[in-house]
Amino acid sequence: MMRKIFPHPYLTLTLVLVWLALMNSISLGGAVFGLIMGITIPLMTAAYWPDRPRINSLPKVVAYFFLVLWDIVVANFTVARIVLFMPKAKLQPAWVTIPLDLRTPEAITLLAGTITMTPGTVSADLSADGRAILVHCLHAPDSAGVVTEIKSRYEARLKEIFE
Amino acid sequence: MLAEIVISALLVIAGVFGLVGSYGLLKLPGTMSRLHAPTKSSTMGVGGVLLASMAYFAVFMDHWSFHELMITLFLFLTAPITCHFIAKAHIHREERPENLPPTGTDAGWATFDEAADPAETKGN
Repeated sequence: MMRKIFPHPYLTLTLVLVWLALMNSISLGGAVFGLIMGITIPLMTAAYWPDRPRINSLPKVVAYFFLVLWDIVVANFTVARIVLFMPKAKLQPAWVTIPLDLRTPEAITLLAGTITMTPGTVSADLSADGRAILVHCLHAPDSAGVVTEIKSRYEARLKEIFE
Repeated sequence: MLAEIVISALLVIAGVFGLVGSYGLLKLPGTMSRLHAPTKSSTMGVGGVLLASMAYFAVFMDHWSFHELMITLFLFLTAPITCHFIAKAHIHREERPENLPPTGTDAGWATFDEAADPAETKGN
């Protein structure tokens, strides 16, 4: 019953909070309307998102969020330094394949997004069986190092959260 | 006074990063390398302006504004997706499967290997 009304409880909660933030005030009317949308939108989209992602530990999600936020700031400085001070000839762009241990689609999506937002890497494609991700590095003299860093820094944490 | 300094500093930092991002778009060689500059530096550029705006409303207008947080959220959601679209379009138009590194699995990269699409084999 609850599962039918709230196919994605976290999505419902997020939609209510986003609606209140968009209204920029906390009022009963806003909360009620937010709740109406928070219930109808997951119901309407449930057909396209049949599985419910399992989240093992909320504190780990928060920790991961701040880790990524910090890495985005670092990424900005890294990329700015490369853009401003590195001569074009010394730049070594490279394609790197990262084998995936993650199997949950939500976790792989998050990993791909994280890779794009963090230092010098952009995720470009997924292998057809979903077991490897293609990453483009702006400057990678050591591509094996990039793979270990992404796997240990992000993938291991996402695996703890989702699997 | 202190608040004014912090807000101006945020605006200047944001402006510098926005400029560096645009310069990177111009300077870096190749589509894929060019993708790096706007996806990274623009987040910092926009983020700085939004932080400054939040601080300004909180200190001088005496009310908290959450719109900026929402803009940040939407930006963080859309930037990687846009980037992925451009990368995929680039792979379709300019790259051959031989030029990409091997996947290390039985299947090829999804952009080229249509037959093994997991969504289709699962029967969704």
